[in-house]
Amino acid sequence: MNIIVCIKQVPDTTDVKIDPKTGTLIRDGVPSIVNPDDKHAVEEALRLKEKFGGKVTALCMGPPQADDALREVSAMGVDDLILLSDRAFAGADTWATSYALGMAIGKIEYDLVICGREAIDGDTAQIGPQLAGCLDIPQITYVKNVEMGDGKILCERALEDGYEKIEASLPALITVISDLNKPRYPSVGGIVEAYREKEVKVWNAEFIGADQELLGLKGSPTEVRKTFAPEPKGDGEILQGSTDEMAKQLVTKLVDKNILR
Amino acid sequence: MEFGLNKEQEMMRNTIREFALNEIEPIAAEIDENATFPVDTVKKLGELGFMGMTVAKEYGGAGMDDVSYAIAVEEISRVCASHGVTVSVNNSLVCWPINKYGTEEQKQKYLIPLARGQKLGCFGLTEPNAGTDASGQATIAEKKGDKWVINGSKIFITNGANADVAVIFAMTDKSKGTRGISAFIIENTFPGFSLGTIEKKMGIRGSCTAELVFENMEVPEENMLGKEGRGFGIAMSTLDGGRIGIAAQALGIAQAAMDASVQYAKEREQFRKPLAKFQAIQWFLADMATEIDAARMLVYKAAFDKWQKKPYTVSAAMAKLFASDICMNATRNAIQIHGGYGYIKDYAVERFYRDAKITEIYEGTSEVQKMVISGALLK
Ligand SMILES: Cc1cc2nc3c(=O)[nH]c(=O)nc-3n(C[C@H](O)[C@H](O)[C@H](O)COP(=O)(O)OP(=O)(O)OC[C@H]3O[C@@H](n4cnc5c(N)ncnc54)[C@H](O)[C@@H]3O)c2cc1C
Ligand SMILES: Cc1cc2nc3c(=O)[nH]c(=O)nc-3n(C[C@H](O)[C@H](O)[C@H](O)COP(=O)(O)OP(=O)(O)OC[C@H]3O[C@@H](n4cnc5c(N)ncnc54)[C@H](O)[C@@H]3O)c2cc1C
Repeated sequence: MNIIVCIKQVPDTTDVKIDPKTGTLIRDGVPSIVNPDDKHAVEEALRLKEKFGGKVTALCMGPPQADDALREVSAMGVDDLILLSDRAFAGADTWATSYALGMAIGKIEYDLVICGREAIDGDTAQIGPQLAGCLDIPQITYVKNVEMGDGKILCERALEDGYEKIEASLPALITVISDLNKPRYPSVGGIVEAYREKEVKVWNAEFIGADQELLGLKGSPTEVRKTFAPEPKGDGEILQGSTDEMAKQLVTKLVDKNILR
Repeated sequence: MEFGLNKEQEMMRNTIREFALNEIEPIAAEIDENATFPVDTVKKLGELGFMGMTVAKEYGGAGMDDVSYAIAVEEISRVCASHGVTVSVNNSLVCWPINKYGTEEQKQKYLIPLARGQKLGCFGLTEPNAGTDASGQATIAEKKGDKWVINGSKIFITNGANADVAVIFAMTDKSKGTRGISAFIIENTFPGFSLGTIEKKMGIRGSCTAELVFENMEVPEENMLGKEGRGFGIAMSTLDGGRIGIAAQALGIAQAAMDASVQYAKEREQFRKPLAKFQAIQWFLADMATEIDAARMLVYKAAFDKWQKKPYTVSAAMAKLFASDICMNATRNAIQIHGGYGYIKDYAVERFYRDAKITEIYEGTSEVQKMVISGALLK
C-alpha cells in the first residue's frame, strides 16, 4: 500500500491579521504550520500503513521554507518527503496547483492519495477534487471513516445531515475532515531523525515534466480583481418585550427582509 | 553569538507545548486536588520519547540535546509542575547516571526500558538523617556471597510509589566516610523492598513522594552502579544535571504565573479601568518578564554547557538558585495581581504558588547552590 499525502504549509491563522489598507494577510512574524486537515490526512495514511504495510510519501508544493512542514510530518512517521518548488509555480491558483501536484504524483507509484478537505488560508477545498480529475482516478470527499480491502476503499462521506457510504476502486483520492481521527504528536526520536537523517527531495517543473504554460500565474485561469476585508457587521439589534412580543417582532422583520414569506 | 533555537529545538518546543496544552493542562488541577499520579499522560510522554530524551538511540532514547530537554521540562511545568518533576527525575536522575556509569548489561536491562518510558525510575539519596548532608547515609549494604544485602530507608523519593527501578545509595564501608558510599540499581520487585509513607504535600501534589524501605533487600552484585565506594561522586554529578531540570521546572512555573497575570490584568476592571492600566500592576509585570528572561538565559546556558561537554556544576547551580528564587517572586506577585481570586483554587495561580516553593528545596536547597557557587570561587 503506497500512499501519497498532499500537505500544504499555511500561516497559523489563529493569530493572523489583515492589513486594512491592502486587504492582504500580514504574514510577517506569523508562524507557519502544517495545514490542520492535512495532519489528519497524514494520520490516516500512517494508520493504513501500520495495517497494510507499504510506504507513506508526503508531497508539498511551496517555497523552500515549506521544508519545515515536510520535516514535521516526517517526525510523525512519514517515510518520504518531496517538496515541489520552482519559481515557475509562483502565483498558481488552485487549477495550476492541482496540475503541478498531479504531474508530480505521476512520477510516483501509488494506491491512494489523501488530501485535507481544505487549507485554512486558501479555503477553497478545490485541490482534492481537481487533483483527482487530473489523475483521472475516483474521488471521495469529506471522508470521516475509512475501511480498506480487496483493492477497494470504503468511506463514510460526511454530509450536513448524515453521511453516505461510498466505495471506490484503487487507486483513488480522498479528502479528509478532522472528525476522521486524532493526529499523533511528532515523537522526540522522529524530530531528531527528521532533521539529522531525512532528505527532502526537491522537484522542479522540469523534473516533473510539466508544461510551463500550464504552471504558475500563466497557467491560472483565475484573475484576482480585488481583495478586501469584509466590513464589520455593525451592532446587532436586541429585541425587547415578552417572548410572544419578541417572536412577533422577529417574524415581522424577517418578512420585511424577504427572508420569510 | 547565537540566542535562537535551532529548527530541531523549535519543533520540539512546539510539539511539547501542544501536548502540554491538549493532554496535560486539562488534568493539572484535578491531579493536584486529588494528589493522583498521572499514569496515562506519563505513559504517553514516554511513548513520544520524553522520558529519556538525551539518551542515545541505541539505548532507547532520542539522542536529543540538553537544551531541548530543558525546554521540554519548562513547557511541561508551564501547565503542570508535577508532570515536570516526574519527567525531570526519570531523565536526569535515573537515565543519566545509568547511561554515564552503567555497564553494557545494565544499560541493556534498565536504560532501554527507562528511556523508552516502558519503566519509570526514581532516585533514592535522602534519608531521615541525611538531607543536605547526604554523606550521613545510614543505609547499609553488606556483601553476602554474590549478593548485596541492603538495610535502611530513603525518604521523600519522587516517583517512589510508581517506579519500577531505583538508583539508590548505601554505605558499603562505613569506615571510609563518603568514600564508603556505593550506588545500586534496584527493582521494586526485589525481595526485601517495600514502600513506606506516601507524603501529603503542599505542592506538586500530582507527583508521588514516597519512602522506600529496605529490609534485608537482596541485590545481585552486578547491580552495583559504578565502582564500589564511588557512590557519593555519582550522586553529586547526577544532581548537577538534575538541577538543570529543576531550574527549568521553576522557569516554566514562573512563565505560567506571568502569562496568567498578563491575561488577568487585561480582563479585570477596577475603578472603571483594566488593572493593566495601573502602574503598580505594570511594574509587577515588567519585573516578572525581566526576571524570567534572565532565568531562561541561565537555564539554557547551563543546559548548553552540559550539551557542549563543558563544566556545568556552577552554571547549573546558578540556574537553579536564580530560577527558583524568581519563581517565588513571580508566583507570589501573580497572586497579588489576582487579588482575592488568586487565593481561590478556581485560579491556577493558587497552584503555581504552592508548586513554586519546592524548587528552592529539592536537589540541593538554595543554600546548597550558594555553597557550590561560592565554593568554586574560593577554592
Ligand atoms: C486567484 C488565485 C491566485 C493565487 N495566487 C497565489 C500566489 O500568487 N501565490 C501563492 O502562494 N498562492 C496563490 N494562490 C493560492 C493558491 O492557489 C492556493 O493556496 C492553492 O492552490 C491551494 O488552494 P487552497 O489553499 O484553497 O487549498 P484547498 O483546496 O482548500 O486544499 C485542500 C487540500 O489540498 C492539498 N493542498 C493544497 N495546496 C497544496 C500544496 N501547495 N501542496 C500540497 N498539497 C496542497 C492539501 O491536502 C489541502 O488540505 C492563489 C489562489 C487563487 C485562487
Ligand atoms: C517533594 C520532595 C521531593 C523530593 N524528591 C527527592 C528524591 O527524588 N530523591 C531524593 O533523594 N531526595 C528527594 N527529596 C529530598 C530533598 O532533596 C531534601 O529534602 C533536601 O535536600 C533538603 O534536605 P532536608 O529536607 O533534610 O533538609 P535539611 O538538610 O535538614 O535542611 C534544613 C535547612 O537547613 C539548611 N542547611 C542545611 N545544612 C546547611 C549548611 N551547611 N549551611 C547552610 N544551610 C544549611 C538547608 O538549606 C535548609 O534550609 C525530596 C524532597 C521533597 C520535599
